[in-house]
Amino acid sequence: MRSNRSHEPQARSAADFDSRPLPHQVVISSDLSAAREVEEEILRKACGLGYSPDCCFAVRLSLEEAIVNAHKHGNKADPNKKIIISHQVDGQRVVVRVRDEGTGFDPGELPDCTAPDRISLPNGRGIMLMCAYMDSVCYNATGNEVQLVKEKC
Amino acid sequence: MPDTPDSQPRLKTRKQGNVTLVEFEDRKILEEHVINLIGERLAEIVETQNEPRLLLDFRNVEHLSSAALGMLITLKKQLDDRQGRMALANIHAQILEVFKITRLNKLFNIQNNTEDAIQSLA
Repeated sequence: MRSNRSHEPQARSAADFDSRPLPHQVVISSDLSAAREVEEEILRKACGLGYSPDCCFAVRLSLEEAIVNAHKHGNKADPNKKIIISHQVDGQRVVVRVRDEGTGFDPGELPDCTAPDRISLPNGRGIMLMCAYMDSVCYNATGNEVQLVKEKC
Repeated sequence: MPDTPDSQPRLKTRKQGNVTLVEFEDRKILEEHVINLIGERLAEIVETQNEPRLLLDFRNVEHLSSAALGMLITLKKQLDDRQGRMALANIHAQILEVFKITRLNKLFNIQNNTEDAIQSLA
């Protein structure tokens, strides 16, 4: 288990967002079971390339949070809206982008969910977990697409 | 999402003294409607007891999401309202890390094993 995992991670700004297209793109309706099939495909590839169980755990957890955020907060669970998942998995890293059709948000405005006055609130931990488990988490300028990068470990 | 039999949460419950032990039998606690159903079933247990003592056994759980953490926080509030107590036990190292990152290891009574958890609820 990694011991240097930051407990105060931060999603990076749009300047770090790499907008070059990734080789695989799947457009799905805002339906979590369809999104999870893509999640499984990404994980199958990573496991097949020898990514460690800890690394696959990190990718699954972060993808899950990103997909749920896209569906619930981005698309407001509207079945007429789409989720676009693009990804590249190779021997070096996993790169995944999850885009929704919402209006976006400013990740810099998120409160610290570990603060004493917020620790007992039931929501608001998804992005924190993504930041803790991924090597890079950044949003596009609109804030409706997140890019997750995990180096092979 | 439809409620198919496969998407029903599987919980194994038993009593030991005044402690209700609940073992999650699913490997993944991820889907929102499953998490909601788990929350409802645990709330039923809490609501039917005075000063409830609840032991949640995570031995089978390999993945959970932030929504599951939220459900546990809500459950803790329900227990607090009824002067109840809860312990979490047998948590895999990867899942324990999730509790540590979110600092929820400070909020919850997390014990290594069933025996320690039962003692902590005595």
